[in-house]
Amino acid sequence: MFRRDVDRPNIQAFAYTGFGSLSGAAYLFLRVVDAPSARGFLGGLRIASVEDLEQAKLAEATQCAMTAAGLRALGVDESVVRRFNPEFVEGMAGNPNRSRRLDDIGANAPDKWIWGVGDREPHALLMLYARPERIGYLVRETREAAERNGFVAIEALPTTDMGDIEPFGFADGISQPAFDWDVARTPGTKADRAFTNRIALGEILLGYDNEYGFRADSPKLAPGDPNAALLNPGAGDASVNDLGRNGSYLVFRQLAQDVRGFWRWVGAEAERAGVDPATLAEAMVGRRMNGAPLPDIETGLDLPGVDRADRDVNGFVFDADPGGLSCPIGAHIRRANPRTGDAPPGAEGALDNLLATLGLTARRQRTPTSSTLPWEENNTVWPYLRREDDAIASARFHRILRRGREYGAKIDRQAALDPSTPDPKAGLHFISLNANIARQFEFVQGAWLANAKFAGLTGEQDPLLGNRKPFPAPPLSKTPESTDSFTRPVAEPACRRATGVPQFVTVKGGAYFFMPGLAALKWIASL
Amino acid sequence: MTPQDHLIVVAAVPGDRAADLRAFLATMTLPGLPGAADPANAILPFGRFDTIHFARLLVLEDNTLGDRAVYPNLRKTDPIYLCLMIDCDGEATELMVRIARECPALAQAFAFCADFQAGGDLERWMAAHRVASAASYVNWVGRTAVQALEEARLRELLRDALRQVTTREPQAMLQALRAAVGPQLSLTPIPPTPVAWRNANRFHLFAPIVVAAALLVFIPWVTIPVAVIGLTLALMALRRRELTDPIVENPYDPAWVATLRLFEDHDVTNQYTAMGSIKPGRFRLGLELVILHVIDWAARHIFTRGGLGRIGTIHFAHWVLIDDRRRAFFCSNYDGGHEAYMDDFINKAGFGLNLSFSGAIAYPQTDWLIKKGAWREMDFKHFQRRHQIPTDVWYKAYPGLTTRDLARNTRIRNGFEKPEMSDDEIRRWLAEI
Repeated sequence: MFRRDVDRPNIQAFAYTGFGSLSGAAYLFLRVVDAPSARGFLGGLRIASVEDLEQAKLAEATQCAMTAAGLRALGVDESVVRRFNPEFVEGMAGNPNRSRRLDDIGANAPDKWIWGVGDREPHALLMLYARPERIGYLVRETREAAERNGFVAIEALPTTDMGDIEPFGFADGISQPAFDWDVARTPGTKADRAFTNRIALGEILLGYDNEYGFRADSPKLAPGDPNAALLNPGAGDASVNDLGRNGSYLVFRQLAQDVRGFWRWVGAEAERAGVDPATLAEAMVGRRMNGAPLPDIETGLDLPGVDRADRDVNGFVFDADPGGLSCPIGAHIRRANPRTGDAPPGAEGALDNLLATLGLTARRQRTPTSSTLPWEENNTVWPYLRREDDAIASARFHRILRRGREYGAKIDRQAALDPSTPDPKAGLHFISLNANIARQFEFVQGAWLANAKFAGLTGEQDPLLGNRKPFPAPPLSKTPESTDSFTRPVAEPACRRATGVPQFVTVKGGAYFFMPGLAALKWIASL
Repeated sequence: MTPQDHLIVVAAVPGDRAADLRAFLATMTLPGLPGAADPANAILPFGRFDTIHFARLLVLEDNTLGDRAVYPNLRKTDPIYLCLMIDCDGEATELMVRIARECPALAQAFAFCADFQAGGDLERWMAAHRVASAASYVNWVGRTAVQALEEARLRELLRDALRQVTTREPQAMLQALRAAVGPQLSLTPIPPTPVAWRNANRFHLFAPIVVAAALLVFIPWVTIPVAVIGLTLALMALRRRELTDPIVENPYDPAWVATLRLFEDHDVTNQYTAMGSIKPGRFRLGLELVILHVIDWAARHIFTRGGLGRIGTIHFAHWVLIDDRRRAFFCSNYDGGHEAYMDDFINKAGFGLNLSFSGAIAYPQTDWLIKKGAWREMDFKHFQRRHQIPTDVWYKAYPGLTTRDLARNTRIRNGFEKPEMSDDEIRRWLAEI
C-alpha cells in the first residue's frame, strides 16, 4: 500500500483517515499564554500517525495543527514563519482582498465571526476523536491538561454524528480524491487529458511531488538552525531540514446552515415552478438526497482513482452534458468538482489533441446523456468552436481532501417546514487539507463556488454556499448584477430560473492552520 | 465591422518624480478602490469616449533591474516611464487627436515627464512618444464597446420580457419577445468593414504564406537545406543557452504582493502589467522577435473569436519592447482572479508562456523552449509576481461583463436580428437568455 519513501511514522493519521469509526469528535481551539509550558504540552501529546493506523484499531486519537500566529506565540522565529505558504502567514481573514475572493463579505465578513480574528484567533487546534461515550471525557481531560500547561481554551466545538448526512439532509462526503499513497502516479501524461480522481500525494503533503511533478514550496531551516537535526530522522534523507515535510495546510471554516430557511424557500419555489421540492433541492446539490447521481447522468465509468464499488456513485463526468440538462452547470457538486481533464472533452486522436492544445477546436462528446434539448451540430473545427465547453480549469490541480464533521441538532425536511420547530443551530465544521492554499482551497471557493461567472453562467453563485451579494459593487457599477439566481436547464425554457435565492450558509469562523509532520512538531516543542 | 486599434504612449519620468506622479494618478481613481479609474475623472474622463474598451495609465518602474548583475556587460539602469495605453474602436490616431483636443488637463500628467514643455502641442507630443506593440491580441475582433453595452442591455430586456411571456410555443415566444423588446432599444447597426483595413489585413495574412510557398516551390534546393541547417543550429544554440543561462532566484516578497492585491478583484475583470529585461545577445533577441511576430500574426488571423489558444478569459493583451529592445512590458485585461489566471495560463497554454516569456532574465528554466518553464509552478508564480507592477489607473468600459458574457450577448443579438429561426434554434437561443 505504501512505498517506503512515504514517511508513515511522521505523518499525522488525519491525512489518511477521517477516523470515521470514531463517531465522537470535538475541536479544541487554544491560545498560548506561556510558551515554554505550551511547547512542553505539545511535545508530550500522543499524536496518532499513519503508521499507528496499521498497528491496531485506535480507540481514540488526537491530532494537532497551528496557525501562523500560533507558531509565533510558540516561539518560532518570524524569519522561519515567513517561509510558510503566504496565505497561511497572512491568515484566512488576513486582508480585504482575500475576504473578497473567498466571499467573506456581508454576513460572512470576518468582523462578524464568533472566532478567528483578534484575540479570538486560535493559536493551536487539537482535533479529538473517540467513541461517542468517551468524547466528553477526552475533551475535558485534554482541555484541563492544556490549561495547566501554558494554554487557554477559547472554544471547544462539539460535533454531531448525523450518520454521513449533512444538516440539509443530503448524504455527504461521497466524492473524495484518491491520493496516491503508493507514489505510483506520474502526473501530466496523456491519461490526464481526461478527468482523473487519483491525485499526487504532494497535493496534500509537503515534501512530495505534486500534480505539476514538482514539490510545493516548503519552509526549510538553515543547516545551522537550532535542533535542525530533529527534522532529519533518516540519515542521508534528501529532504534535509524541511520543516514542512509530511505536513499539510488545514483549512477550517465553521459554516452555519439555515436548515429551516433552506427547505422553506425550496418548498415555496418548487410550488411556484410546479416541481417536487426534493427534485429542486437535488438539482441544486447535483445529487439525489441519498447520494446517488442525478437520474440522467451516465454512471459506472472506469475512472482512475474510483474503486469498482464506487462506480455507481462516482464513476461519472459531465463531458456529455455541456448544457447542464442532466446536472445543472451551477449545481453544488459540479462547481466544487467539475470533473474536467487537462484537455477539452472529446478530443480523439493525435491531430485532434494538437488542435485542442492550440485552442483551435473544442470537440464535445458526440452522444449526450440527455437529448431533451436540441443537440447542436458538433461543429468542431475552427471557426465554429464553442469555447464554453473549455471554460473550466483542469480539476486535478484544484482538489482538496475534506475532513469536516456536522454540528447542531439533526432535523428532517418535515420538521424543517413545521413552524414550531426551533432553530436546530446546525452546520458543518468544514475542514480540508491541501498543500497550496491559494491553488486548492481558495481557488475552489473563489473561482468555482462563489464565482457568479462560473463556466459562463451569470448572476448566480453556489446554490447552497453563495452569499448573494450583487456585484460589481458601486461606485464601480451603477447597476450591480444580482447573484441570487439558480438556473436549472430543462428542455422547455419555462420556469427554469429561480431568482431571489436567499443565503442559506453563513461563515461563523475560520482560520488557516498548518498540521505539521511529527518530526516538525518535535522541533517546535524543542525550541 | 469596426476593427480595434491601440494607442501606447511611453515617456521617461525623472526618478525623483515617480512617487509624485503615482500620487497624482491616484486622484483619477474612485475612492476606496485603488487603481479603478473614475470614468468621469477630470484628467482623462474615459467614460466620455464611447470607443474606448480598456485604458490604463501607469508608472513603468522596473523592480528587477538588479537581476542584470548576472550579465556584467548589460547596462545597469534604464529609465522609469509613464505609460498611457488605450484599446479602442477605429483608428487610434483619431482618438489621440480627440483626446489631445478635448482633455487639455492630461498635460498635467505628462508634465511629470522629462521632456514635456508646458503649453506645447499635446497631440504632437503624444505622437512623438507613441510606441508600437510587438504583438497584440483582441478577444473578439470587430465588436465595438458600444455594441458590447447595447448587447448587454438587450439581454437584460429580453430576460425581463421572458418572464411576462405566457406562451410556450417557440415561434410565438420569439414574436412576443421581439414585440416587447424591439421598441425599447435600438441596436446600432454593424458598419461595413473599412476596405483599406480589410486589404491590409489580407496582405498581412497571406504575405508570409506566399513568400514561404514561393521559396519552397521555386528554389527548394536552397530553401530546404537552409531551413534544416538553420533550425538545427538554432536548436543547438538554444539548448546550450538553456543549460548555461545563469539561474536567477525569484524570492517571494509578501509586502509587494500585498500591494499588488490592493489593485485586484474590484470587478470580474482584472488588469495585469509586468516588465523585465530580455536576456542579452542577438540570439535571444532574434528568437523573441520571431516568436512575437508569430503570436501577433496568429492573434490577428486565427485567434480572433473569443480565445488566445485555449485561454478564453483575456479581453486585450499587448507585448511591447522598449529601451532599444533591452526590456519589454506585457499588459493584459483578464477575467477572474489572479491565481486562476496564472493556473489557467500554465495548464492550458504553458507552452505559450514559455515561448513568449522565456527570453526574460530570471524566467524559470525551460527545456527545448516549450517544456518545463512555467510548469515549475512556484518559481513561475513568484517570477511573474516579482515582475508585475501596479496599474495605477485602469479603466474598463463594461464593468461586470466577462468575455463569455460578451460572446453570449452577441449570440443573443444575432438570433434577435435573424429573420427566421427554426423551433430548435429558438429553444437554444432562449436557453442563452
